[in-house]
Amino acid sequence: MSGDVAVLGAGMHPWGKWGRSFVEYGRVAARNALADAGIDWPDVQSVVGADTVRGGYPGYVAGATFAQALGWQGARVTSVYAACASGAQAVNTARAQILAGMADVVLVVGADAAPKGFFAPAGGERPNDPDWLRFRVLGATNPTYFALYARRRMAVHGDTPEDFALVKVKNAAAGALNRNARYRAPVSAEQVAASAVVADPLRLLDICATSDGGAALVLSSMEFARRHGAADPVRIRAVSTVTPTYPKAVLDLPDIATDSAVAVEPATASFRASIARAAYEEAGIGPSDLSLAEVYDLSTALELEWYEDIGLCPAGGGAALVREGATALGGRIPVNPSGGLASFGEAVPAQAIAQVCELTWQLRGTAGDRQVPGARAGITANQGLFGHGSAVVAVR
Amino acid sequence: MPRKRIPVVAGWFTEDGPDEEFRLLGTRCPLCSSVFFPRQDGFCRNPGCTGGEPVEVPLSRRGTVWSYTDGRYRPPAPYPCDPDMPWEPYTLVAVELAAERMVVLGQAAPGVGVADLAVGMTVEVVPGVLGTESGDGTDDGTVWTTWHWRPVDTGLRDGAR
Repeated sequence: MSGDVAVLGAGMHPWGKWGRSFVEYGRVAARNALADAGIDWPDVQSVVGADTVRGGYPGYVAGATFAQALGWQGARVTSVYAACASGAQAVNTARAQILAGMADVVLVVGADAAPKGFFAPAGGERPNDPDWLRFRVLGATNPTYFALYARRRMAVHGDTPEDFALVKVKNAAAGALNRNARYRAPVSAEQVAASAVVADPLRLLDICATSDGGAALVLSSMEFARRHGAADPVRIRAVSTVTPTYPKAVLDLPDIATDSAVAVEPATASFRASIARAAYEEAGIGPSDLSLAEVYDLSTALELEWYEDIGLCPAGGGAALVREGATALGGRIPVNPSGGLASFGEAVPAQAIAQVCELTWQLRGTAGDRQVPGARAGITANQGLFGHGSAVVAVR
Repeated sequence: MPRKRIPVVAGWFTEDGPDEEFRLLGTRCPLCSSVFFPRQDGFCRNPGCTGGEPVEVPLSRRGTVWSYTDGRYRPPAPYPCDPDMPWEPYTLVAVELAAERMVVLGQAAPGVGVADLAVGMTVEVVPGVLGTESGDGTDDGTVWTTWHWRPVDTGLRDGAR
């Protein structure tokens, strides 16, 4: 397909709380991706950085920061910010440059050094910033939003906290097999139930941690890949970066209220569902073609919602899928075989790139003990603050 | 000097009058009737509307619970709370307003916990206090006022004032 770009290389810096600069994590991830691709850094024609707001000025201009750390070599440079969707927008920017003929080979890098505990808005008095306001006026942290969705699922679909815990148990089991994951110990349902309540009904082990980490990809045109000796590379076939449609009728980070539906009837599908739909339409595949999926499990309950939004089951069917083991390694459609955010924690600009790294290794058949047998197609799903859609479809 | 009572955000709710007349204040587009909260002055966000100067509109006093949760850990700044005081969890309620066809988030009135709430339950908006700030000797400080959601007909009193 003419819209494909090749994934020549994927690399990470292991995730954890390392106490170093995001620049170091990004540089290590980039070096690993370049080595994986067999590409020398001076031969990269463009570098796209996913920004971190926590890195100060170097974080806001991540592309140039990583290029400087790797050694200035004159490449085209781009920096993008879209909160949790930054990595997907970086991938999309690289893809657009390749498809437009601006560059044959592009390095995509995202890395973060996250604070301990809750994410907080940037400092200062900023009453025009919805993200600042939700903390100031309501104390509404990210986990309180995850808990509102979880409680709503319990009321509407009959999910239970025990269903949510099954997601953690499943993802921890997968993460235990991943050397890049921060948490590599299996977790039992009893351990989830014994952890402290953060925001009712969600407990500490239902909610992803904040982490340090880095991820990188080397993308190229299909023609460059062939010349480079990669005859059958993993291909990125679609990247979804859609916004919601008005009126956005589901309360979402960082909003204090939804749009009113008095003037316009809301779309029947949710914003999250529209993210995946756009990716499927662009890729020309559907949920039944998937071998695996990597979804943004900020909370255990949210992973169940993604099952429905990426079309693995009808609305309300998420809990049944995890109960029957369909989404576990060895199941019908493994979700988060990497271990997900449950095992990695959140390193915001890196995570959407890390999801594509996992698809790459799975589609190559090199994922080791967590390999999904015969994987041919995968989707990533993610969502960035302020209405940033993010999904990537990769095929082999 | 008594503590000054200052709205945590200006213009988001009524300041004067008896409690039973307390309302959240949004804006309404004069052309398409779309309602916005927090208020959207200056333009209409309906993509199909050419817009007009939005007008202030009070929101419905009552709605039904869409979902709810609580915060068991102290949130980071800029949430106004004294780090030297023991942490008191707060309850958050997302409330569906039928007339406006929208969901509005808010804290629950003091004393209302997650065990007192259920999805679909009727709640009403009442004036409340978000926090207080100590004075510096020349005055007695500031009381930040806000809105709270409170279940209707539970017998709970508004303990915020």
